[in-house]
This record gives sequence, C-alpha cells and structure tokens, in this order.
Amino acid sequence: MLMIEKQTTTAVEIGKLIGQVEEFRNNGYRLVQIGCTKAGDNFEINYSFDKAYEFRNLRVIITQDTELPSITGMYWGAFIYENEMHDLFGIAVKGMNIDYKGTLIRTTVKFPFGMPVSGPKEESP
Amino acid sequence: MSRQIIVPFGPQHPVLPEPLHIDLVLEDEKVIEAIPSIGYVHRGFEKLVEKRDYNNYVYLAERTCGICSFMHGMTYCQAVEQIMNTEVPERALYLRTIWSEYSRLHSHLLWMGLMADAFGFENLFMNAWKTRERILDVFEQTTGGRVIQGSCKIGGVRRDISGPKLVEMAQDLESIQDEIEDLTNVFLMDSSIKHRLKNVGILSRTDAYQLGAVGPMARGSGVDIDLRKTGYAAYAKLKFEPVTETGGDCYARCAVRSREMFASIDLIRQAIGKIPDGPVDVRVSGMPNGEYFSRCEQPRGELVHYVKANGTKFLARSRIRTPTLTNVPPLVKILQGCELADVPVIIMSIDPCIGCAER
Repeated sequence: MLMIEKQTTTAVEIGKLIGQVEEFRNNGYRLVQIGCTKAGDNFEINYSFDKAYEFRNLRVIITQDTELPSITGMYWGAFIYENEMHDLFGIAVKGMNIDYKGTLIRTTVKFPFGMPVSGPKEESP
Repeated sequence: MSRQIIVPFGPQHPVLPEPLHIDLVLEDEKVIEAIPSIGYVHRGFEKLVEKRDYNNYVYLAERTCGICSFMHGMTYCQAVEQIMNTEVPERALYLRTIWSEYSRLHSHLLWMGLMADAFGFENLFMNAWKTRERILDVFEQTTGGRVIQGSCKIGGVRRDISGPKLVEMAQDLESIQDEIEDLTNVFLMDSSIKHRLKNVGILSRTDAYQLGAVGPMARGSGVDIDLRKTGYAAYAKLKFEPVTETGGDCYARCAVRSREMFASIDLIRQAIGKIPDGPVDVRVSGMPNGEYFSRCEQPRGELVHYVKANGTKFLARSRIRTPTLTNVPPLVKILQGCELADVPVIIMSIDPCIGCAER
C-alpha cells in the first residue's frame, strides 16, 4: 500500500454521538474536520479526529429532518464545520456556540448539496 | 460600558488578496467579537464530481488553489490511488516531494511579500516576490505551468525531470537560499517589523490544539503537527523535523514560515540526492470503489481530501477540507480583544486562502 497512515471509521448512533466525541476529547484527540456526504435519502456525517497522526472517524447517518447535536461544547472550533453543513446541506444543528444562521457561506442556491426542495424558489440572503 | 459599534472589514480591503468579510464588534478601538462570513468565491468544485470522471477531476482538484495547486492534485490522487490499491513508482513519489517543497517555497515567499505589503514595507514585498519568480521559473521549466502545474496524475506524474536539470536545480538552490536568508534576516530582525508583530494576536499552545489550528498557525504556538511526518510521497525516506516556535504571536508564525523555507530547500536537496531511476507512472485501469481521507501538509497546514467512490467513473463525493477553513476558529479567538489597528496583520498572519477554503 502507498500510504503509511492507518485510518478507522466507527459507525455510531446519533444518540451516542456526544458521548463518543467527549471520549475523543478526553483522550486528547484534536478535531480534524466534520464532513457531510449525501447517501441516497440520508446524510452520512464523518467526524474526524487525530492524535499523534492516528486518524479516526466517527460516522453518523441522519435524515434531512434530523436535528444534529452540536459538539461545540467539547470542540469550540467545530462551529465552522457545523455552520458549513447547515449552509451547504441544510442540516439543522442544535446548540452551536456560534450560529451564523445561514450567513457563513453565502450561496446563490440555498443548500446546494442538500435534498431537492419543491416549491417556490427562495431568495438568497 | 462603552458604546459598541460594528465595523465591516472586507470583502475588499487593501491587505486582503481574496474576499473575506468580518464584522468587527468594537468597544472604542478594541475588538470584542469577530464574525466572519465567506461565499464570494464559492465555485462548487465538490459538486462537479457529478459531471467529471475521477481522472478528469484531478484537473479540478488542482485548481482549488492557485498557490498550492500541485499539492491539491497530489492529495486527491493519493486518495484515489489508495482506494484503487495503486503502487506509485518511487521516482514519481520523489518528484511529487520536490514539487511539493517548491510549492511551499512559492507559497511562503508569496505570503512574505503580502505580509510586508500589509504593514507597508514595499521594498521587502518586491524583494520577496523577486525571489518567488525564480521558484515559478522552476515550475515552468519542469512542468510547463507556473501556477497550475498539471503534472500530477492518478498513478504517478505526467512529466519527469532529467538528471542534468535536477543538478541545475540543486545548484540554483544555493543562490535562492542566499536570497531567502537576506529576506528572512530583514523579516525577523527589523525593529519596525518586530514592533508590528511581537505580542500581537497571541494564540496559546492549548488553544491552538483545542481549536484545531494547523500548519504555521499551530507550529507558531508550539504544536508540532506536520503531516509530512506520516510519510506520504517520499517524506518517509527524508530527514526533517517540524519547525516550531513558542511565542504564539504574529511574529512566531512569521518565524515558522521563514525557517520552513530553509527546511524545504534541505528536503529538495535530499530528494534530488536520493531520487531513483525508473518509470514515473503506472497504468491505472478499472473504477474506484471505496473511500479514503487523504492528508498532506500544505504550506498553510493540514489539507484533507475525502474521496468516496462507488465503482462508477463518477465519484460519489469529494470533500476538500482546507487549512484556512480550520484556522478560522483560532482566528476568531485571537481577534477577540485585539486593537482594531492590528486586525490586518493578524488576519494576514494566518495566511488566509479564501479561494481554497470556499472551493
């Protein structure tokens, strides 16, 4: 194999997400990124952590209507990814320490990576 | 309590090479809160995986940034190569390393010029960019492209560098190193520059780690994260140590970038000395199926290309997490409590690349 780095991905239920993230925080992992991927009718969200070049992921799968709990209580800087997920995918994140309310990434098309929305076109902010 | 006012900073501002908007909440001259917003140059690159096959997407990936273009292409290629279990020839790995380090030199010299311009040192700005031209000349001579190199491909690289050219490059590094020494001496020793940068925008080591700072932003606060230590490309075969400083201020971040240029020159020399003969690419056939988070150390810090493939020629997802995006929370933190007059140099000290961050 080309790369030396090992990576692991662990699926986690949304109800246990905060507890799992807290464990990473308590074990000294830094948050690398939060990324969202559309998977059929659902969204697959990867929380990536690193400690001494050990790369680990937590994965939750949610629907468009699911409200995602914010992890900014444990990782203050996570607001940038959570706002990004909201602005690009339309995912509602509950309890963000800094909520830009859709103005972090100003896009012409609202939620460009989200599910297709029927009905009248909304004005961009 | 003083009256609070909001001063909009950007998206057009003399120190900003790219559009970033920050609402600065002020009490007198002190910044109480900084509220950033981006979106002026969002290009929807990630959406284009639906229309460009995984081979063509290399051209898009490397256009994410006009400064570290090569490294974006390489990081994307690494992800697909990992998914397809492709063994890249060793010579190609060394060539990728050489071009990556030239990209770092290019980026740091560009930043040095912009930073000098931000605090009004025009002569230093011009001298930094004069040396940067020499790096761009090497790119042009070896890849055909000064800004977008187009030399990386899935399975290796598109172009080789001949033995005599590598020798010439190593010789040229002598005088490039002398020029960079002159520049960094001014940058780190000049009293007016120290006055503008020392004890300004301090990020503690704890905050740097917990807020997810990467690159010189983290290393300037003593956090020795450097993804080259993971050994991608040919870094596993080269000797180097991450450059760190402990001051945590704008000056420390400048010092890290200044010293990193010498580390890059050393890495290029090592790579030229060790590069083996052989092919520079392998044929890749079939369709990728799987996922991988590819990481590399860009000039601004850790870059992540997440690629998810589903066995067709179109990828299911490309997610690009750039270092500037993850350095925004630390920036928001260090702007709180600073003086309004220091805002431009603090923003420039993170070396923001908004085009990268927005994709």
